[in-house]
Amino acid sequence: MPKLVVKNLRKVFESFEAVKDVSFQVEEKETLCLLGPSGCGKTTTLRIIAGLEVPTSGEVFVDGVLVNDVPPQKRQIGLVFQDYAIFPHLSVFENIAYGLRVRKMPESQIETKVHETAALVDIESILDVPGKKLGLSEMQRVAIGRSIALNPKLLLLDEPLSNIDAKARERMRAELGKLQKEIGIATVYVTHDQLEAMTLADRIAVMRNGLIEQIGTTSEIYDNAKTLFVANFIGSPSMNLIDCEVAYNEERATLKSGDFNLDITEFAETIRDKSEGKELVLGIRPENVSLDLVKTDPKAIEAEVQLVEPVGAKSIYHLKISGLTVLAKGYPMPEVNVGSNVWAAFNKDKLHLFDKKTEQAIF
Amino acid sequence: MVGLRLVNISKKAGKRQILRSTSLEILDKELFVIAGPPGAGKTTLLKIIAGLIAPDEGEVYIGDQMVNAVPPGERDVGMVFEVPPIYPNRTGFENIAFPLEIKKMNPESIKERVEEVAGLLQITHLLKRKPTTYSGGELQRVALARVLVRKPRVLLLDEPLKNLDAKIRERTRVELKRLQREFGMTMVFSTHDQLEATAVGDRIAVINDGTIEQVGAPEELYDSPKTVFTARFIGSPTMNIIECALKQMGESWVLDTSDFKVDVTKRVQAIEREAMTSELLLGIRPEDVILLNSPEKGRCFEGQIELIQNFGDERVVTVRVGKVSLNSLTGRERVFRYGQKVYVKFKEEKAHIFYRKTSFAVM
Repeated sequence: MPKLVVKNLRKVFESFEAVKDVSFQVEEKETLCLLGPSGCGKTTTLRIIAGLEVPTSGEVFVDGVLVNDVPPQKRQIGLVFQDYAIFPHLSVFENIAYGLRVRKMPESQIETKVHETAALVDIESILDVPGKKLGLSEMQRVAIGRSIALNPKLLLLDEPLSNIDAKARERMRAELGKLQKEIGIATVYVTHDQLEAMTLADRIAVMRNGLIEQIGTTSEIYDNAKTLFVANFIGSPSMNLIDCEVAYNEERATLKSGDFNLDITEFAETIRDKSEGKELVLGIRPENVSLDLVKTDPKAIEAEVQLVEPVGAKSIYHLKISGLTVLAKGYPMPEVNVGSNVWAAFNKDKLHLFDKKTEQAIF
Repeated sequence: MVGLRLVNISKKAGKRQILRSTSLEILDKELFVIAGPPGAGKTTLLKIIAGLIAPDEGEVYIGDQMVNAVPPGERDVGMVFEVPPIYPNRTGFENIAFPLEIKKMNPESIKERVEEVAGLLQITHLLKRKPTTYSGGELQRVALARVLVRKPRVLLLDEPLKNLDAKIRERTRVELKRLQREFGMTMVFSTHDQLEATAVGDRIAVINDGTIEQVGAPEELYDSPKTVFTARFIGSPTMNIIECALKQMGESWVLDTSDFKVDVTKRVQAIEREAMTSELLLGIRPEDVILLNSPEKGRCFEGQIELIQNFGDERVVTVRVGKVSLNSLTGRERVFRYGQKVYVKFKEEKAHIFYRKTSFAVM
């Protein structure tokens, strides 16, 4: 049985429809990420699940039980806020014990429970430390520990890694990933950071304007974006998106955008009905545009390098190809500088094509 | 346009030493990045260049002129802050025109200059609107326009991308670099994000706790970090750092970490004698940690997979080898699962060695 079922959720604030129609479920031990830009409805959805907002319509089931009318503290849901909300003057032990005391657990059991929890989230050595003296990743562990001490059926995390600098975020993301595996509680995780979603989630629900645009595993979302929005939102640097149309000449098919031409004859039959006469958008991820100093691939297109961004093990090359700007990502090529001419080859197995009007993927 | 020179700058705030005898030379028309974690002294350094803070010790030169005694308004340095001060009741045009109006420039020239800068920054559509209708990215660009319109000799940007959404940040970073080239100006840019730093910077100063750790081109910092701090700060996922000692084993020399060994026989001639008897740290970038499904001839070590982070086109796999967790960056073709047994091999020629005590690289 799924740990959480959300059915046709809708939430209207005065004149603003924050959540239009959202349905999904979370299985046991699964982490589902609600991902989207600010204002997409992800936090409102989370707050409704937690019981902090009342939905205009729709249902929330936790462990098979309809909880719409159950107050937040009785839903058996653990909620971890963005700022962790640790009591600064209480020790880590007391921070974890607090919720148990509120629930009137006998003192002897509290002691055991706190130690059990501390072992799970690896904070046994800091139980005596006051909240205000904790480092960021300790605070994260304590906040999660405090939630799971109450044996929740479901854990909700609201942007736990925002407001943290890039290096610390990288470390805490990995720690959170390990922690999730160890505690194994069904989790809903809200974030606007696509990388965080990809690395932490079993499945991602990409949200926009109060609706889920696509839901699937990280690889599904990354490889088979169903809409232009998802294609653009997932991945960094963003997918190259090129307005174009398709021209058929006998059995040959070519994508055209100004002076830019890309032969796609191999897909001609698959897409003919959906693409002919339509405004299209060609999508290709930067890592699927490969560069060479010489023309080894007969279909390679000449390109001029306009900008090089070294980003560690790989570099991002901004190319001018037949008047278009195209990004390529690959291993650094020390010979290539701004102004260099190179040959760019598109990996055709990785092409995406969208209908510009409907924004839906054609393939 | 001119270069900048800081000589032995120190600054205290209360009891805290913010800058410790910091010296820097920034070239004419260079895009120079000051990169470091929060609290490292980045903003203080920029404010000292701008003249908004006086250093306790040291000298600031703009071009050949020592400017310690020159008030900020006469230094001809523009500074854009993390949270730009923009007048909410004035239109975009009025905001951008303001610094020129103070200079009593004639209205015709003002209009011309504002429109030129707005065109370059692609904010012409914002000129008639008031800031309350702007998005974060738009606000940032209007603030930038207001500084650019003065055509300062040096432009200082304090974490200009910090409050922007990931997607806009990616785009704005490219725009800034392009703008700097087109204007041919000297730009100093601070950031806590190492990826941003290497992507935009001609050269980068890595700053930590008020001290410059290293200055160099992005590739230089990535390939040849001089300190453990730089090694860990530059690059994501972070370089693996493990305690080790240099030992002779028969004909070979190895870095022995007690959990695994890295052969450095080929380089041993080049290694300083002092390293032979010192406590050392081995540094190895995740892309130089190779995972094998079965043991291979040569040096490889058994490990178990602890965590898999999906980055879309790549995976960061955390492997436990003995007591050590190592990150490995691998392509997406390989399929791994949690708990799987793997064998770890190193690109031994890529190993970095540091002194544990001083954290300097072994020469």
